[in-house]
Amino acid sequence: MNAAAGVRDRDTPALPKRSRSQRRRMWDTFLGNKAAVVGLGLTLAIVLLSIFAPLLASQDPLVQDGAGRLKPPDDVFRLGRDAFGRDVLARILYAGRISLVIGIASVILGGTLGTTLGLVAGYSGGKLEGLLMRGVDVLMAFPSLLLGLTVLAVLGPGIEKVILAIGLLLSPPFARVVHGATLALKEQEFLSAARSIGAGHIRLMRLHILPNMVGEIAVLLSVFTASAIRVEASLSFIGLGISPPTPTWGNMIRDGTTHLINAPWLSIFPGLAILVTVLAFNLLGDGLRDVLDPKLQQ
Amino acid sequence: MIRYVAQRILLTVPVFLSVLTIVFIVVRVLPGDPATAALGDYASKEAVDALRLRLGLNDPLPLQYLRFLGDLLRGDLGTSMINSAPIGDQIAHNLPYTLELTFAALLVGVTLGIPVGVYMATKRNAFPDYVGRVASLVGLSVPAFYLGILLILLVGVQLKWLPAIGGGDLTSPGDSLTHLILPALTLGLVMTASVARLARSAMLNVLGQDYVRTARAKGIGERSVISRHALRSALIPIVALTGIWGVALIGDSVTTELVFSRPGLGKLMVGAMLQRDYTTLQSTMVIYALFVVGINLVTDLAYGFVDPRVKTQG
Repeated sequence: MNAAAGVRDRDTPALPKRSRSQRRRMWDTFLGNKAAVVGLGLTLAIVLLSIFAPLLASQDPLVQDGAGRLKPPDDVFRLGRDAFGRDVLARILYAGRISLVIGIASVILGGTLGTTLGLVAGYSGGKLEGLLMRGVDVLMAFPSLLLGLTVLAVLGPGIEKVILAIGLLLSPPFARVVHGATLALKEQEFLSAARSIGAGHIRLMRLHILPNMVGEIAVLLSVFTASAIRVEASLSFIGLGISPPTPTWGNMIRDGTTHLINAPWLSIFPGLAILVTVLAFNLLGDGLRDVLDPKLQQ
Repeated sequence: MIRYVAQRILLTVPVFLSVLTIVFIVVRVLPGDPATAALGDYASKEAVDALRLRLGLNDPLPLQYLRFLGDLLRGDLGTSMINSAPIGDQIAHNLPYTLELTFAALLVGVTLGIPVGVYMATKRNAFPDYVGRVASLVGLSVPAFYLGILLILLVGVQLKWLPAIGGGDLTSPGDSLTHLILPALTLGLVMTASVARLARSAMLNVLGQDYVRTARAKGIGERSVISRHALRSALIPIVALTGIWGVALIGDSVTTELVFSRPGLGKLMVGAMLQRDYTTLQSTMVIYALFVVGINLVTDLAYGFVDPRVKTQG
């Protein structure tokens, strides 16, 4: 494909050239979408802040200091200190690492699981499809936060358990979208063509169907990272996600609510971090949807 | 219509049964022994065995499952593993608070969300639409409990207009209403954001249709085109998805109840989880499941009401 780039030769195959300009057009649409650009910028900023948390935080997020209990924001502790005298800013930066890891890992887990389910259901059809998609319907009929809570109540707290619980919750909606997209692609002629030259089921699904729904999947990945981070915050806020002293935005707010009146910064700042992060991924997802769904472009 | 309603009600039975099965599987089949969990790691083996026997945990799983369903059929929600109190009484005490909160929030979400979304659609790409889109995306991104905290700080603590915490006295309408406003607003505004987004895109979809252009061409006033021609069809997807958001609302109601220290099912359930009271947890989940199935049923019926095609099919 790269060989054709830039060369205006009449013999150059039409397809690679068109696909390049199409990619270019998508990128232009994306850059023209202010919300998407803001979302991408914010997302990158949050990822960088989390990666470089140890360099950026001037204090240790776990070191306690009885003399500094509930001190309001000042020049050194810019976002104040919590009930153990710990630096709120440092804790928010470090908590970002956990939120992002959980968000991304659970989306990868849920995405892989859901995509496989939806792909197999849509491709195979028949009884297997009916069974799998009924299961998805039932799981989606129940509020995900409640199911997540119950799973965690049984498994106990911990990062890997939260990832497992949220990943499981995210797989049914993934499966539903992928199932729909598979059904639409299944009847296309290029699939019969591939089948006619002897491509097997796995190869058809992996190389012919899956690459054609990269757009849908990208949108889902972004939007579900947002909801995974939101659900994790809710679980930790309830007290069933990540336990202290490991800081997460949710458990910081949980600790902060006991001092809501005399130390509101303990709840306000971590909440702001959640809001901005979730908003960033939602903006990015919205932008991707506008770029990748030609039906919405008018 | 009667046939349609009956059909929908019958259809909820398998869904409810499946959800009950999920509850049973999650609580009983996942690793971890409820009896050990309830008594703690240091309990004697005899005490754990006695509790296992009392709870019937030594029986084969299919038998436990049938007993679980049988008890529910008789309306028996069991007793708490921690304090042996009847769970039915606890739920009867807490349920009205949750019902009150959920319906008030749905009311806020629908009455605010639909007009805002329709207005945004009519002002597409103009300033009000832009503001509305940003605001609704923020509303979609804010966790309910954080919005609740902000409202408590602003309205309850700074302005001192409304009581910030508690559920109020249910027998006194004034008291329970003042305690309801902030939590209902918290949940309701989160829902408003989703409904408005949805109403906007549903309206935009309809406004591009030929029959709307025809209506305009006939010289009908814009207000009438919007409300009598476009909104009617746009309501179909709005109603369908409002049900889905109504279900999601139940999840957020748990954190909202915690933030406002309101009595309610959410508080009961979280308390049961933290104390590892599996019987109470299981029964609370059953009530939630009933709730969800109820909301789905109402959505289906409303769907049939706004879309006459649905009723005549099969």
